[in-house]
Amino acid sequence: MIDTSLSLIDVEEGIKIIPGASTIITTADKIINWGRKSSIWPMTFGLACCAIEMMSTGASDYDLDRLGIIFRASPRQADCMIVAGTVTKKMAPVVRKVYDQMAEPKYVIAMGSCACTGNVYKVYSVVQGVDTFIPVDVYIPGCPPRPEALIGGIVKLQEVIAKERMRWSPLR
Amino acid sequence: MEPVEIANKIKEEFPTEVVEVKEFRGQVGITIKKNELPGIIRRLNASPEFDFDYLKDLCGVDYMNVKVPRFEVVYQLYSIRHGHMLRLNVQVSENSPTIASVTAVYSGANWHERECYDMFGIVFDNHPDLRRILLPEDWEGYPLRKDYPTAGTEEEWRGFKEVLLKAEEYKKYEWKK
Repeated sequence: MIDTSLSLIDVEEGIKIIPGASTIITTADKIINWGRKSSIWPMTFGLACCAIEMMSTGASDYDLDRLGIIFRASPRQADCMIVAGTVTKKMAPVVRKVYDQMAEPKYVIAMGSCACTGNVYKVYSVVQGVDTFIPVDVYIPGCPPRPEALIGGIVKLQEVIAKERMRWSPLR
Repeated sequence: MEPVEIANKIKEEFPTEVVEVKEFRGQVGITIKKNELPGIIRRLNASPEFDFDYLKDLCGVDYMNVKVPRFEVVYQLYSIRHGHMLRLNVQVSENSPTIASVTAVYSGANWHERECYDMFGIVFDNHPDLRRILLPEDWEGYPLRKDYPTAGTEEEWRGFKEVLLKAEEYKKYEWKK
């Protein structure tokens, strides 16, 4: 039986524990966002030298697995796309198609100066930033960004996810 | 055989075709007209004294406002047995930018010639599969020509315009923060 004489314990803002009942009370937003941000599965979308940096971030030295990040080779299983590298105009339809194939909720990280703005390549063949044709959540500048910068960007994305309200509901 | 000797021999055999022989720091280049190119290439490739069995590189050059004729196609030849090198600069005019393909002799030239066609618009006659290799097939213009705007033409490529339209159309499905 639950001892109702004890009051609820505040663990954190919006999270309470009922003592003696192994029960936590929180909002759906909190628990869903917590689940999402703790298991971001990005799609491997390496396009240029940034991909090398992304791979080394995923390897044992920096070890993205500890953030719950497991790279997926299919957009159907992924919920985050890390656009790593220079996007050419010939590649743009492919990037867009892969983005459209991802299931909601989906996020985009533009990794590196090329994906953010086109970098120095203001030329006929390079897209001047992926945000011209897909919505970007986090920009990571650098040429290429170090693994620490990529991890910093992912932590920023986690902050973005944690702030979302009712993204799970069609009623919003 | 020394590259200079080879160059002079070619000059003797094709006196009307060779425009000039240049030497710079031990590297020898022959500037030739394009008409006899297949004959010269076959001579350099087939005869055992020259034995140029390896085409190191093939590329185009645009000499707009510098030289007439405007284009050159450059062949870097190498002999694996003798270890000697020779460069062929073949003149191609602006009015008829065509040249004979060397894929019959060097099959590795296939993609190099496609790239040269893609970037400079130089047409290689008798090429087995002359399509664009780097740019989309419906691209207009030849980007490495000096009169091509570096940042791209005003008219956007059709494929990219479609992507932009699609992105605009699908904006209504995006999650609004």
